[in-house]
Amino acid sequence: MSNFISSSIGKKVVMSLSGLFLVMFLCVHLGINMLLLFDNTGKLFNLGCHFMTNPVIKVIEPILALGFIIHIAWASMLTIQNRKARPVKYAVRNQKGNCTWSSRNMYVLGAMMLVFIIIHLMNFWAAIKLGEGTAGVMEHITYDGVTMENVYPHVVATFTNPIYCILYVIGGILLGMHLAHGFWSMFQSVGLCNNIWRKRWSCLAKLFAIVVAAGFSIIPIYMFFTC
Amino acid sequence: MADKILKEITLKVWRQKDAKSKGKFETYKIHNISQGSSFLEMLDILNEQLVSEGKEPVAFDHDCREGICGTCSLFVDGRAHGPDDDVTTCQLHMRRFDEGATITIEPWRCGGFPVIKDLIVNRGAYEQILQAGGYVSVNTGGIPDGNAIPIPKPAADEAMDAAACIGCGACAATCKNSSAMLFVAAKVSQLALLPQGKVEAARRAKAMVAKMDELGFGACTNTGACEMECPKSISIEHIARLNREFIKAKLKD
Repeated sequence: MSNFISSSIGKKVVMSLSGLFLVMFLCVHLGINMLLLFDNTGKLFNLGCHFMTNPVIKVIEPILALGFIIHIAWASMLTIQNRKARPVKYAVRNQKGNCTWSSRNMYVLGAMMLVFIIIHLMNFWAAIKLGEGTAGVMEHITYDGVTMENVYPHVVATFTNPIYCILYVIGGILLGMHLAHGFWSMFQSVGLCNNIWRKRWSCLAKLFAIVVAAGFSIIPIYMFFTC
Repeated sequence: MADKILKEITLKVWRQKDAKSKGKFETYKIHNISQGSSFLEMLDILNEQLVSEGKEPVAFDHDCREGICGTCSLFVDGRAHGPDDDVTTCQLHMRRFDEGATITIEPWRCGGFPVIKDLIVNRGAYEQILQAGGYVSVNTGGIPDGNAIPIPKPAADEAMDAAACIGCGACAATCKNSSAMLFVAAKVSQLALLPQGKVEAARRAKAMVAKMDELGFGACTNTGACEMECPKSISIEHIARLNREFIKAKLKD
């Protein structure tokens, strides 16, 4: 395995595997968020949030943070290296016909999402972990004798604010664009692809991108109009 | 049917005295170009004009002029080998351009392909990658009877598709990362698919990727631009095979 990580393909494998890990996290995240659509009292969502405080998730949490850091660090490394590979730029460049905008701008999309994630962490992570987020102090609530954090009012306060509502919809769309390329690219980079599977992966990637983008965007829109 | 004549076209051509000089664009006007002439013939006409004016002609690479040698390069109006798909620059014709058009002609821009003069770049980097492992060095004995070595048709077809690579450099030139992966993948794939090449597949993949990285080419981000600009339409499924071969080889180390 000597020099594997420092080789160009090795770096792409790191991107691919960390990306896969983040995709799995996204699925869980979207699943829990979907609970918001089915219960306007917020009990279901609060129970979902409480479930996410179980010991297994506690162990995964720092690994998740590491996954983000690795994905971002390696992307930055690759981007710097790739930009250095063309010291003199073209005066005229036309790539409309040969590849998609999002495939060319994965780093730009990633950077925009990083800004979104920071705001997102201030909204919710700060409320849950530090006791006070952008929507105020975290209260507690008791269901059937179990006391847990009452996250629901924070969600309502955030999503009924039109600026945050729009911001979260944009966040969902950016994520969808990133995944439309990232999802199939993940398999190509580790070699799990050929001309048949390429069609399957890219079809699945588009589907997954639409589900994630629509899923994450529908929630703030729904809450904005119903809460 | 007679070809239409383009009365006037404007060319913005990259001029650079030598590898060390700082180049710049020069603008030339040429007249009465038949739309039936090829792009390189149009450049020949430009050079005749420059010579008659006592100026230095534009240096550009060309050889077979029938799309099989891979010598001609040129980034025309923002695309490798010009606006047509699946052709080399010598197969590009002036019928793709309109009366009064302004055409921008640049050399390949890629750290691995330094400009030597005007539109000519040094593609020796591809030779170096080939020298690192793009060959079969095992003894294969005398010439075997035809079909004595059974090769499945799909493998033969895929190997042949990969072998169509003419090493023109359009993949690295068009890639946003200046990655040479399609070239390396075509060579690794072609040989890994065939019995004589398979035995050295692991060593070859490692050596060629190491050389590619060493020469300063970027990493592949799977945009697929290379296969669209490749004059031989080589698919990026070969890049997936290269990734596979490389990972397998490294896991065994």
